[in-house]
Amino acid sequence: MSKDQVFFDEMFAKGVDPRNPYQSIHEWVNSEDPKALTKKTEEAEIFFRRTGITFNVYGDDAATERLIPFDIVPRVLAAREFSKLAEGIEQRVQALNAFLHDIYHRQEILKAGVVPTSLVANNEAFEPKMIGFTPPGNIYTHIVGVDIVRTGEDDFFVLEDNARTPSGVSYMLENRETMLQMFPELFSSNRVRTVSDYPERLLRSLRASAPLKCEGKPVVAVLTPGIYNSAYFEHSFIADQMGAELVEGHDLQIIDGRVAMRTTQGYKAIDVLYRRIDDEYLDPLNFNPDSMLGVPGIFDVYRSGGITIANAPGTGIADDKALYSYMPEIVEFYTGRKAILKNVETYRCSEPDSLKYVLEHLDELVVKEVHGSGGYGMLVGPAASKKEISTFRKKLEANPDNYIAQPTLSLSTVPILTKKGLAPRHVDLRPFVLVSPKKIDIVPGGLTRVALKKGSLVVNSSQGGGTKDTWVLRD
Amino acid sequence: MLLTISHTTTYRYDESVPYGVQQLRLTPKPYHGQKVIRWETTVEGGHQEFEYEDHNLNRVQLIKVFPHQKELIIRCEGEVETVDRNGIVGAHISHIPLWLYRRSTKLTKCGSGVKKIIKSVGDEFSDELSQLHTLSAKIHEAVSYNTGNTIVNTTAEQAIEAGAGVCQDHSHIFVSAARKLGFAARYVSGYLMMDDRIEQDATHAWAEAYITGLGWVGFDVSNQISPDHRYVRVASGLDYRDCAPITGLRLGSGNEDLIVSLQVQQ
Amino acid sequence: MLGKTAGGLFWMFRYLERSENIARILDAGFRIALTRTATSEDEWSSIITTSGMRETYLQHHNKFDADSVINFLLRDKKNPSSVIVVSEAARNNARLVRTALTREVWEAVNENWMNLNEALSRPVRQKELPIILGLIRQQSALVRGALHGTMLRNDIFDFSRLGTFLERADNTARILDVKYHVLLPSVSLVGSSLDNVQWETILRSVSALNSFKLISGGELTPREIADFLILDKRLPRSLGFCVGKIATNLGYLEKDYGLELPCHTLVRTLKESLSEITIDTIIEDGLHEFLGAFITNINQLGQQIEVDYRFTS
Repeated sequence: MSKDQVFFDEMFAKGVDPRNPYQSIHEWVNSEDPKALTKKTEEAEIFFRRTGITFNVYGDDAATERLIPFDIVPRVLAAREFSKLAEGIEQRVQALNAFLHDIYHRQEILKAGVVPTSLVANNEAFEPKMIGFTPPGNIYTHIVGVDIVRTGEDDFFVLEDNARTPSGVSYMLENRETMLQMFPELFSSNRVRTVSDYPERLLRSLRASAPLKCEGKPVVAVLTPGIYNSAYFEHSFIADQMGAELVEGHDLQIIDGRVAMRTTQGYKAIDVLYRRIDDEYLDPLNFNPDSMLGVPGIFDVYRSGGITIANAPGTGIADDKALYSYMPEIVEFYTGRKAILKNVETYRCSEPDSLKYVLEHLDELVVKEVHGSGGYGMLVGPAASKKEISTFRKKLEANPDNYIAQPTLSLSTVPILTKKGLAPRHVDLRPFVLVSPKKIDIVPGGLTRVALKKGSLVVNSSQGGGTKDTWVLRD
Repeated sequence: MLLTISHTTTYRYDESVPYGVQQLRLTPKPYHGQKVIRWETTVEGGHQEFEYEDHNLNRVQLIKVFPHQKELIIRCEGEVETVDRNGIVGAHISHIPLWLYRRSTKLTKCGSGVKKIIKSVGDEFSDELSQLHTLSAKIHEAVSYNTGNTIVNTTAEQAIEAGAGVCQDHSHIFVSAARKLGFAARYVSGYLMMDDRIEQDATHAWAEAYITGLGWVGFDVSNQISPDHRYVRVASGLDYRDCAPITGLRLGSGNEDLIVSLQVQQ
Repeated sequence: MLGKTAGGLFWMFRYLERSENIARILDAGFRIALTRTATSEDEWSSIITTSGMRETYLQHHNKFDADSVINFLLRDKKNPSSVIVVSEAARNNARLVRTALTREVWEAVNENWMNLNEALSRPVRQKELPIILGLIRQQSALVRGALHGTMLRNDIFDFSRLGTFLERADNTARILDVKYHVLLPSVSLVGSSLDNVQWETILRSVSALNSFKLISGGELTPREIADFLILDKRLPRSLGFCVGKIATNLGYLEKDYGLELPCHTLVRTLKESLSEITIDTIIEDGLHEFLGAFITNINQLGQQIEVDYRFTS
C-alpha cells in the first residue's frame, strides 16, 4: 500500500460536493455546532453504558465490560446500491444452503470436481453426524451475516460469509434506536428504511422452520452460554425483542421426545432453538463430552425430528475461509448463474505455488486462519512490524493448510466525527439475512463497522473498531 | 447359524438420579449375511423417548431414567441368523462417502506408536488382504489382550504405550494404522459367541477395512481371525464413540455400579 | 416463565433489599456510636451481628471499630453480604432475567451498580458515610420506583415482591433478635436513657422512628415497640406486614397458575399464627424463642418457594 493511495470515500468521492445519498447528512453536519455534536457523541456513550450494551473482550483479565464506540455520522446506501447488493446476497445465501445440503447428502459438487474433496474431507468444520439428515424445511443457515467491503462506486466484494452464528445485530438495532432518540429530525427529513422490525422478522422466519413434531404455534427460545459470555447482551436483547425465553443448558431436559424448558409451571416443549453456542458445546452426549453448557441428547432429538436448531450444526463448513475461495464456482454450480457478488482474490496457502507467492509478499497481504474469526490470528502485512511478519512466517510455514491470504483491499471510507471535524475512516458492512422455507429476507441496513484509528483497515470491535448506524434510503 | 442373544445391563446408583439420559446403540443391523429374526429392547426404571437412525445407519434409542430411581435395567433379547462370509461384508452401500473413513479422530489419532507398528508390517505383500492380516497380527504382538489396562477413553496411542488392551483398543489401533496406510477403515461393535461358553464377558468390537475388489472386510485383532457366523454386527462408525453400546449422562453426584450379563448361544 | 427467571427475580430483589437494609443498620448504628463513644465498640459489634456476617468479620479483624465495620459492610469483596458484592449480585441476576424486566427496571439496577461501584471504589471515611448511605437508599428507591411504575402486575412482579418481603422479614426479625434483651420488660420498668437510645436505634434500623412516634404519641416503651415491629400491619417493615405481602403475592401466583403448592400451606399457617397471637403472649412465651422460630419458618418458606416454582432443576 503506497502512501498516496486513493480510497473511495462514500461521502466525498467526487470532491468537495458530497455524493447523492450523503447530501442531506452533509448539510446536517455542516449546520450543527461541532461542539454540540461531540457532546451528543458523549451522550450516546452514556446511553449505551446505562443500557448495558457492552461486550467482554477475550483475554482481558478483569473481564471488563467494554463499549463498542459509536460514531454518529450515518453510513448511507442509496436504494439502487442496496437492491443490487441484496440480489447478490440472496443468490449467495441460496447457494450456501444448497451447498450444505449437498455435502451432507449426495456430494454432487465434490463428484463434479468443482470443489476438491480434500477440502471437505479434512475439514474440522465438516460434521459427519449431519450426513444423511435433512433439517426441518431443509434450511441449514437460518441467520446469515455476509461481510461486504466496497472499493469503488460499483465495486462491492464479499469478504467472508458468517454461516454459523453471525453476531452484531443488536448493535444494528441499538445504533438506530440511539440515532432516533438523539436526532429524530433527521428521520423526518430523510427517507430511511426501517430496521427496527428485525426481531419480528426473525421470529416469523424461525417459526416458519418449525419441525414436524411441532403442534400449534411454534415456541421459539434463544440458547445462551450464560451471562459471562462476551455476547450475552446480544443474546438477551434478541430474546427480549422477540418475546422468546432466553435459556441455558441447565434449563432444558428431554421430555416426551422433545427438548423442554423448565418453567414455573412445569416443562414446556421448544420447537425452534436459536442457539448462540458453538456446535462443540451443544450436546455433551454427541459432541464434546466435557461441555457443561449444552443439552445432553439434543442432537438425538434433532435427528429424530423433535426440534429445529438454528443454525444447524455443521454449517461452519460454509464459512470456512479455504472454501470461501471457491464461492464463485459454488454459486454458479447451484444457481446456474454467474455470481452477482464478487469474491476477494484469495491465495490458498495449501497450494505450493500460492504459498510461495504469499511468503514472498507477506508485507503486502492480509493472511487469515481458515477457521478464524473476530480478527484474531491474522496478519495485516502492510501494518505489521518486521518482527510480527517473521513470527507469522514461521507459523505459516509450519502449517500452510491453515491459512489463506488476500491482497490488502482499498476499503472505502466514510467520515467519522473527530475533535477536528469530519475525517475519513475505513468501513465494512454486515447485512443480516433471514432464511426460512418461505423466503430469504434481507433487512435493509446492517452493521457498519468502522476502523477508528486513522489509516487502519481492521474494523473488528475487539481490535479497536467502532460502529455506525447504516441507512438504506427509499427510492 | 441362528444365534440367540440375551443382553442385560443394570445400573445401580448409590443416590437416586434426578435426571439422566442413555443413548443406546444395541440393535443389530440387517445386512448381507445377517438377518435379524426378532429383536426387542425393554427398559426398567426408565423408558424410551424415541429412536432414529444415525449417520452411520446405526439404530439409536434414547432412554430417559425415571426421576429418583436407583436402578436402571436395559434388556435386549433376540435372534439373529448369520452366514459365514469369511469376514467379507461387501460393497459400500451408504450415503457416507468412503473418504470419511479415512478421517482421524481423537481416539484413533496416529502417532509414533501406530507408525512403529506400521513399520513392523513391512511392505512386501501380494495383496491388500494379506497386508491387513499381517497388520492385525503385528498389533496383537505389540498389544496383548488383557483387561484392566485401559478404559473407554483410552486412545490407540495410549494402548500401544500400555502394551496391553482389550478389543476396543485393538480395533482403534487397527483403524488408525489402516487409515494411515490409505485404507478406509471403521470400528464395529457387536456380539460374539465364544465357542466354549454361553455366558460372555462383554460386547465385542472389531474393525473393518475397505479393500478394492472385495469391499468391506472385517478383522478381529483380539481373536486373530476375520468375523464368521459367530459374529453379530450391531453398530459401526469412525471409532468407539460412534458405536458405544450405551452412553449416558446424568445429574446428581454419587457413584454407579454397572452389571452386565450377556448370553450368546446357538 | 422459566424457573430460572423466577429464581433470578427473587434473588435480584432479595439482594437489592439487603443492600438497603445494610445501609439502614449502618445509619442507625452510626448515630449511636457517634453519640456514645464509651459503648461504640459494642454498638459496632452488634451491627456486625445483625448483618449475619460475624464469623466472616472475625476472620479478618480482631476489633470492632468504625472504619473496619463500615468498610466491611459497604465495600469488602470478602463479605458476601457487603453492599458492593450484593449490588453486583443483584445486577448479575438482572442480566440473567433481562428479558423479564422493563428497560427502566434494568437500567435502574445497572445504574445502581455503576454508581455504587464508583462511590465505593475508595475506602469510605466516617464523614462521607451519610452521603453514601443516602446514595444507597436513593438508588434502591429508583429501582423500586421503576418496578412499580413500569412492570406488569403478573408472575414476574409476584416473584420480585416475594424476594423483597422474604429478605425484609428476615432482616427485621434479625434486628429484633440481636437486641431482644433491651425490649424485655424485666430489664427495667422505666426506660433508662440508655434503653431509650437502644430503642431508638432499633426503630431507626427499620426507618420507623418517626412513624412510631406518630402513632404512639411519642412515648417509647419496649412492649409497644415490639408490638409495632412484629405485629403492626401498618408498618411496611413489620413481620406481620411482610408475611401478609408474601401471602398475597403467593395467592396471586396460586390463582394465576391455578396450582396449589406446599408453599401456600406454609404461608397460610405462618400468617394465621401471626394474626392470632398478641404481643403479651409473645413476650410471655419468650421473645427470643419466638424470633428464632420465625426466622426458621421464613427461611423454610423461602426454600419451599424455590422448590415449588422450580428455580433450579
